[in-house]
Amino acid sequence: MSILIPHSGPQAIYRVNPVAKLAASAVIGIALVLSIDWVSATVALAFEAVLFLFAGLGPRRFMLRTLPVWVAAVFGAITILLYGVPSGQTYFQFLLINVTDGSIELAIATFLRVLAIGLPAVVLFVTVDPTDLADGLAQVLRLPSRFVLGALGGLRLVGLFLEDWKSLELARRARGIADTGRVRRFAGQAFALLVLSIRRGSKLATAMEARGFGSDTPRTWARESRFGAREQVLVGIGVLVAATSVVVSVVSGEWNFIVGG
Amino acid sequence: MGEAGPAAVTARGWGWRHASRRDWAVRGLDLRIDAGERVLLLGASGAGKSTLIHALAGVLGGDDEGESAGGLLVDGREPESARGRVGLVLQDPDSQVVLARVGDDVAFGCENLGVPREEIWQRVGDALDAVGLDLPLAHPTSELSGGQKQRLALAGVLAMRPGLLLLDEPTANLDPDGVVEVRDAVARVLEHTEATFVVIEHRVDVWWRLVDRVVVLAPGGGVLADGHPDEVLKRHGAALAASGVWVPGHRPAPPVRTRAAGSRLLRTEALAVGRSPKLVLHRDIDLEVSAGGCLAITGPNGAGKSTLGLTLAGLIRPAAGRVRADGIADGLVPDPILWKSRQLLTRIGTVFQDPEHQFVAATVGDELAVGPRALGLPPAEIDARVGPLLERLRLGHLVRANPFTLSGGEKRRLSVATVLVTRPRLLVLDEPTFGQDARTWRELVAFLAELLDAGSGIVAVTHDTDFAVALADAELRMSARGAGVPR
Repeated sequence: MSILIPHSGPQAIYRVNPVAKLAASAVIGIALVLSIDWVSATVALAFEAVLFLFAGLGPRRFMLRTLPVWVAAVFGAITILLYGVPSGQTYFQFLLINVTDGSIELAIATFLRVLAIGLPAVVLFVTVDPTDLADGLAQVLRLPSRFVLGALGGLRLVGLFLEDWKSLELARRARGIADTGRVRRFAGQAFALLVLSIRRGSKLATAMEARGFGSDTPRTWARESRFGAREQVLVGIGVLVAATSVVVSVVSGEWNFIVGG
Repeated sequence: MGEAGPAAVTARGWGWRHASRRDWAVRGLDLRIDAGERVLLLGASGAGKSTLIHALAGVLGGDDEGESAGGLLVDGREPESARGRVGLVLQDPDSQVVLARVGDDVAFGCENLGVPREEIWQRVGDALDAVGLDLPLAHPTSELSGGQKQRLALAGVLAMRPGLLLLDEPTANLDPDGVVEVRDAVARVLEHTEATFVVIEHRVDVWWRLVDRVVVLAPGGGVLADGHPDEVLKRHGAALAASGVWVPGHRPAPPVRTRAAGSRLLRTEALAVGRSPKLVLHRDIDLEVSAGGCLAITGPNGAGKSTLGLTLAGLIRPAAGRVRADGIADGLVPDPILWKSRQLLTRIGTVFQDPEHQFVAATVGDELAVGPRALGLPPAEIDARVGPLLERLRLGHLVRANPFTLSGGEKRRLSVATVLVTRPRLLVLDEPTFGQDARTWRELVAFLAELLDAGSGIVAVTHDTDFAVALADAELRMSARGAGVPR
């Protein structure tokens, strides 16, 4: 399970606090969802394309990890192209489908926007180690450690659930009930997995409790989660990308504020 | 912070009843364990050993989990307020790893106790040394073997510097190499610590030399025997063995077999096995199983034993080569993987390593009827098959119980019964004796011997050498990687 194995690499980005990565992609994302125009998204993408060179990913891994974003962008664009608010010249019309100047422009803007928001988020999070993220959330953002560490411990069980699911499937074939009633069997199997996972979860909770987790003693942290210059630079870059794309878009007159727009 | 020396334990008329149960798990227990003593805690299944050890660790839960009686103190305090004084290692290696990296996992307990950062890493290093885990701190915990995971759990507990060290069947889920690995790690730890030590284990021989006192809990409450290991063994050995404890010198007698192997049921042709065709664990396996014959598949973890078993059982597709079950195909194509799920029932029965994976009904009675119903047998015939099987496997009183609420031994017996009720001619068993007490072991072996005498074929994937000696007519020993070598 790739999410369970600690991530590491030689590039500087691996050592940046995940909280900063979270903040940077949030700033870009929030700025870009405020408008649907092609200018702001294009400016942001242009910046990001340069920054990706420092992201710690080879071209192959980059394409592999961001594939879902590309797929989402294409599908989003096609949907808008066919069904978006019509305006200007009509090129093609069939039932509800209506391709017009307006829908073409909106489709391009949507495509660019999904990429501009999705790509940096994925790229930044590929290099996040869940343990480091938990450390950051608890120490930098001061989220309750009980909640953060509980979730982190639970994450480790995901791999076991996948194995359980496979065994449940084989066992149902062995029990002679795998020929018919696919839907019902799936429901039963899902319920069995739920029972098993609650059981595993409660065992893990006992093990954590036995090691003093959840007591009233103030907790110390073996790994310090720092938020220093490197982190400020990354968040600064995020703010810069967001601000520049908004300013360029507003100046060029393409900005259309989405609320009430 | 755990530097206060060994802890003492006192129980006065102590008892505990789980909220969902009518009977008390432990009742009227009077026991004193002095600081620094090394105690092996024995007792039949259901005598409340685990409950006691969980209570000592302060993890039994509050009033909504159950009801307690009398007093139980660690160092004169309630166990819940003595957290950090007590360290507990549990049975299941997979459910104890908390974090993704070895070093972080060991540090987890120290963090919770509020140990300063510099001291934590000092303690982590010491603890890993103590259990002999020579791995980088950033090593992924998901890549550890069962024995390594248990040693990691032990290190995590040691780093907390407890005055009372509790082990709850720490080797029950391990293969023989893992058992030795963990036992040796504990022995090394005990040489360097003053801590009081209490271990529960069915297999007495593992811990015999490391303890100076044995306490036997009576089912239903109280202490049955208490004293020096040799003395308790001499006076109560036979009774303990009968109640399910593995006592040295009281090995279960192997069953007498009356029938030699008959015609061939199944064979393989240059079989390669793997969970997917790309991930082949083992190649060029040529084996055969006959009516009335038992083939044991043995070898280290990760060699692909279970995968081979499930492939022979028609559940996993061969990565290459063929499984030909001409002897039991009865007009079907000879490859079991091509049979329908229902067609497997009367031909090949599979008992999974974890019984819980194969339970599909809400009661024990329904669980047994699942297979016969899938075959379309009339209700009278179903009753005629289920009744005797329930009695034979001592499950009669549990007909209405939910399979998930049974004890480990009961679950195992039920999982075997659900397979036998459709009378398959070949049985595939994956670690059938794993974690079982001596009584269930004896019953299981005797029952399987009867089936062999009646003409069934058996394939057993097992680490249990006693089991292989008792039943196997042939052994396929699989090496870590490569081809199987029949012996």
